[in-house]
Amino acid sequence: MADKKDKKLVDFHFEGTRYRTQVTAQFANRKAWEKEDPNIILAVIPGKIVKINVKEGQKVSKGRCLYVLEAMKMKNKILCTKSGEVKKIHGIEGKLVTKDELIMELKDISPKKSSNSFQQSKTRSEKK
Amino acid sequence: MSIKRKTRELFERREQMLQGGGEKAIQKQQSLGKMTARERIIALLDEDSFQEYDLFARHEGRDFDMDKKNLPGDGVITGTGKIFGSPICIFAQDFTVAGGSLGSMHARKITKIMDHALKMKVPLIGVNDSGGARVQEGVNSLAGYGEIFYRNTLASGIIPQISVILGPCAGGAVYSPALTDFVFVVDKISKMFITGPEVIKTVLGEEISMEDLGGARVHCEKTGNAHFFAESEKECFEQIKSLISYIPWNNKRKARVLRPRNPKNAFKIENVVPSDPKQPYDVKDVIRALADGSDFLEVQELFAPNIVVGYGRMNGQTVGFVANQPLILAGVLDVDSSDKAARFIRFCDAFNIPLITLVDLPGYLPGVDQEHAGVIRHGAKVLYAYSEATVPKITLILRKAYGGGYIAMNSRHLNADFVFAWPFAEIAVMGPEGAANIIFRKEIAGAEDPEKMRRQKIKEYKAKFANPYVAASRGYVDAVIEPEETRHFLIHALEVSETKSVALPDRKHGSIPL
Repeated sequence: MADKKDKKLVDFHFEGTRYRTQVTAQFANRKAWEKEDPNIILAVIPGKIVKINVKEGQKVSKGRCLYVLEAMKMKNKILCTKSGEVKKIHGIEGKLVTKDELIMELKDISPKKSSNSFQQSKTRSEKK
Repeated sequence: MSIKRKTRELFERREQMLQGGGEKAIQKQQSLGKMTARERIIALLDEDSFQEYDLFARHEGRDFDMDKKNLPGDGVITGTGKIFGSPICIFAQDFTVAGGSLGSMHARKITKIMDHALKMKVPLIGVNDSGGARVQEGVNSLAGYGEIFYRNTLASGIIPQISVILGPCAGGAVYSPALTDFVFVVDKISKMFITGPEVIKTVLGEEISMEDLGGARVHCEKTGNAHFFAESEKECFEQIKSLISYIPWNNKRKARVLRPRNPKNAFKIENVVPSDPKQPYDVKDVIRALADGSDFLEVQELFAPNIVVGYGRMNGQTVGFVANQPLILAGVLDVDSSDKAARFIRFCDAFNIPLITLVDLPGYLPGVDQEHAGVIRHGAKVLYAYSEATVPKITLILRKAYGGGYIAMNSRHLNADFVFAWPFAEIAVMGPEGAANIIFRKEIAGAEDPEKMRRQKIKEYKAKFANPYVAASRGYVDAVIEPEETRHFLIHALEVSETKSVALPDRKHGSIPL
């Protein structure tokens, strides 16, 4: 029994100290944290894509309904959280999607070179 | 003549009811490796101690031709009995009768025995084996569930409530076990979930088996919904009996005191605990070296194993052990271990079971996943549970007690009654390595040989602070004790706190961070 326990011991670093210990499966399977990319639109809940309201290349502004996801007997309008352009649509109308499945990718309209040029481009697009 | 005939009629009626769902349904139950409801009650209780109630109850379904159906006992057996001579109330759902489905009479039989348990102040055991709500009885079955949940809640903290899952327990039905104190499950037999694999598949397109979704192992290892895992129903009943032997009948009583016994193995510290605080050991070996007869009934053995909780006896009296487990994750507190410890502490406090806390941890587990999972709110539960507990609270610091972990593990500051420490205990904000790196950052960076300087400073810090005497000089540790005498000190502490009486501030109830 003791032998079996010893085999699974690993190093565990805590505030500069290295402890010898076993780890749980939950701890071993942790995923490294990644910052969310607002341009990547993932399914927030498993469900069915009822309707896609935008096309590739289309400019979208914050608050625009990108697509409708039916889940838990509700038709959920998925709204755009930022302004940008639809780069690619991966989702297909009528298809079931799992949680975190890639639905579409956006891209920023004008790359921010400096705050000034951003201001100008914004004004220009507004004038149009 | 007439009396004889009437008595014969009773026997006939009773015989008919005792058939349950009939031979075919019973065979099916047995083919699944399951005992029948009646067999379970007999296996669990003391011999000939079961008194059944409401054997002749009739179900109340009137729609969908249900009135033509005969459902013996309406699919549930209820009554009183004894375990090791202690009185208990029990109900067992009978899957052989309409799949153990819950209609309004079925529910009323259960709430009746619950009311009885609460009136008599005796533990309640519920054996769950049911397909769920009886759809034909519509909203009346939902009403039945709600009335059970209400009573579970009112009885909480007054009588111990035990749930045994010996079959499916799905949908709303799972909330009764969730509201009770202890949930027992058996491998391959118990199934608990809110929505089953079928619904998940049609709604969400995810495929999963019942076992992977809500089997016994899942609830013991992952969700923490269950407390005791058994390979068979027989083993499960032994676990229940053992638990009943440790806990009192109600919150006004103390657990039964048995004849004191010495631990099987005399305590040899060097055989159990390595002196280097970085090396692991199994803290259960320490518990077994302290407890009467080396007996220890662990609760939630498979969930958050970096903390160990369970029951033992000291000098014949039941105590609740809470111990960091250096063997796993160095014994850190995290989201799950905090939940597990807090729930256990609160049960012990509600039922007059003194707490013995064994401390050996580096602190709360760092990490984005922990922070984002709410380790602040979960970790706070441990502080809350210890602070509000008014049973005797005894702490022993075995080796390391660092930072927030030191405070949380029933420190003097949370109003512990006795804080003992072993001579090689280290009580500090953090381990010597981390502390030296911060305090002597400049000296280390400016040195010709930073690594040598670091080692020297760690050594200096260790010599000065990595001991129990700084805390003892402030009165935070009451006594530094020799490990071999630990049992003697703990028993003394228990004896002199027998009459402990503490009043909490007057209030309706606190608001524990849930």
